[in-house]
Amino acid sequence: MIVQDVVCYLFGRAGFDRAAQGILGAGRRLADSLGEKLRAAVLGPADDALTAGAQAVADTVVLAEDAPLEEYHPENFLTALATICNQLQPTAVLLGNDTYSQELAPRLAHRLGGSAASDAVEVVAEGGQLRVTRGVYGGKATAVIALCRSPGVVWVRARAMAPADPTGRPAGEVQRLKLGLKADERVKVVSRHVEAKEGVPLEEARLIVSGGRGLGGPEPFKELQALAKAMGAQMAASRAACDAGWVPPSWQVGQTGKKVAPELYMAIAISGASQHIMGIADAKVICAINRDPDAPIFKHCRFGLVEDYQKVVGPLRDKLSRHS
Amino acid sequence: MNIVVCIKQILDPEIPARDFRVDSVKCEAERGSANLVTNIFCENALETALQFREAQGGKITAISCGPEGAEDVLRKALALKADDAVLVLNEAPNADPLFVAKTLAAGIRKIGPFDAVLVGREAGDWGAGQTGGLLAEELQVPCISFAENLQPSAASGAVKVKRQTDSGWELLESATPLVITITNHEKNVPRIPKTRDVMQSYRKPLVKWTLAELGIDPSTANSYYRVAELFIPRKETQCEFISGDTLEAKIDAFAHRVTDCMRSM
Ligand SMILES: Cc1cc2nc3c(=O)[nH]c(=O)nc-3n(C[C@H](O)[C@H](O)[C@H](O)COP(=O)(O)OP(=O)(O)OC[C@H]3O[C@@H](n4cnc5c(N)ncnc54)[C@H](O)[C@@H]3O)c2cc1C
Ligand SMILES: Nc1ncnc2c1ncn2[C@@H]1O[C@H](COP(=O)(O)O)[C@@H](O)[C@H]1O
Repeated sequence: MIVQDVVCYLFGRAGFDRAAQGILGAGRRLADSLGEKLRAAVLGPADDALTAGAQAVADTVVLAEDAPLEEYHPENFLTALATICNQLQPTAVLLGNDTYSQELAPRLAHRLGGSAASDAVEVVAEGGQLRVTRGVYGGKATAVIALCRSPGVVWVRARAMAPADPTGRPAGEVQRLKLGLKADERVKVVSRHVEAKEGVPLEEARLIVSGGRGLGGPEPFKELQALAKAMGAQMAASRAACDAGWVPPSWQVGQTGKKVAPELYMAIAISGASQHIMGIADAKVICAINRDPDAPIFKHCRFGLVEDYQKVVGPLRDKLSRHS
Repeated sequence: MNIVVCIKQILDPEIPARDFRVDSVKCEAERGSANLVTNIFCENALETALQFREAQGGKITAISCGPEGAEDVLRKALALKADDAVLVLNEAPNADPLFVAKTLAAGIRKIGPFDAVLVGREAGDWGAGQTGGLLAEELQVPCISFAENLQPSAASGAVKVKRQTDSGWELLESATPLVITITNHEKNVPRIPKTRDVMQSYRKPLVKWTLAELGIDPSTANSYYRVAELFIPRKETQCEFISGDTLEAKIDAFAHRVTDCMRSM
């Protein structure tokens, strides 16, 4: 089989956000290294910014806007993406690390007869095979996975990927596809709930205040929230705090939570398990308040304070609100 | 409802980084003195199944693919009152997710008709996060990922599933049979088995099948992917511990470091 090209999958409704830019950047570099073309496959309604942004980086932009793609639906999106990829016969398909893309990737690989890999920090082509670098064992080790089948379907840490420089590149050609997609009858989306949250998404926050099990309950999170507000920071939490029901699951940062990359990440009463660190590896500065000087979190900190958070959070908020 | 829960045995993911070693030649983690445990998301999945059975009735079969020792995680599932347990014996240490999904699919078909297969969102060792999706494709049924619970539906032959998204949650309804991948949530924190039930679990029947019995060729264990390299990344930051004569002075110094960071943004 003659395989060629790299396909980047983009979710139309997400727009031309940092994740889309990262996926296209990773795709562009991979396509260039193979001497192949880059195709962007946009599913669902795409706004002008996304179409133009994708055109600036990709050689072609395929827009699939069939009615069943109006809103995300796992089976419909999977069928549509598999149909497009079957036409394009790519070497590689790159997706982002949003939960929708994560669920599509392995099933897409199966339908295309390829191999999938998850949570890639690097994707390279070597001797006709894709090699994917990723954290394993909760971030305690790094593995390079060689994908034996083609195409390689990989979801990448989208926001950690550098965008491509579009300078001097002719705008990619836009193709509008009608797939004639039949809506799946088996699965229905009954309702969709978006949590009210002020400001930018956690993944794009520049300052994050995060709390852990050591806070002991939901009440102290309110104090942390006051501190976060004084700093203009977003709130996050460890899995232990989410599992306890103190804060919503969408606050969880780590291996199985959000991957964040702020300028400053302040971990309060978080021990710093490797699975938590996996979500903050791209933070520029990590600092912590923990009463245990041996807490593993300090191994990742630029600076830290060994104290009971109860004595610190209130006064710290007062000092930081005066500064700003 | 017939519910199948897929359970994987893994190296204890909670062992501290300083005690963790890998064999870079075999591309495997070293066992050392670490325990082998049930993958946490499989425990969340079993808990979800148990709660559904308590409310709606039904039958739970636990299945695992692994070496003889993986019997332990199935005994634990039996102690938690899973009705049946099946171990598919496979000695290949780094079997890829497609091999595992094909093996589990063959096992599930041999068990009999099912309404829902519950798997964890990912395994705490290799974190592939693929088995659920691949299993759905093998069984040719829909798949709902990152679910936190399973609810009955007013329609017959269907279930409702609440699942987490990046910005909140959504409620889906699906015809059965289907595959569901389970994530952690405050409501599916696994229960602890009673000592008496742990003892009794050793007297319950546990079925063992070989790969050959399921028509699976062990030489295909890495035809989807293989681990080419495994190593421990070196990265340690020197932490400056904030000192000071009084608590006030320490907080002040800490606040200064924070504002320095904020200014240089
Ligand atoms: C497969 C898998 C995936 C996982 N994914 C994630 C993930 O995505 N995100 C995640 O966070 N975890 C994840 N975990 C869980 C992870 O291993 C840890 O269990 C978890 O991060 C611990 O949360 P914690 O630090 O809040 O709690 P603990 O480890 O209990 O730490 C609490 C800390 O608070 C400190 N403390 C207590 N009281 C005070 C006080 N008064 N003042 C100051 N400090 C105090 C203690 O010294 C301690 O360091 C995962 C685990 C597995 C197995
Ligand atoms: N060897 C196995 N035996 C039983 N279930 C497994 C096995 N490997 C993976 N699974 C299931 O698939 C889930 C996700 O694992 P993975 O795709 O390997 O990250 C696990 O939580 C299990 O429910």
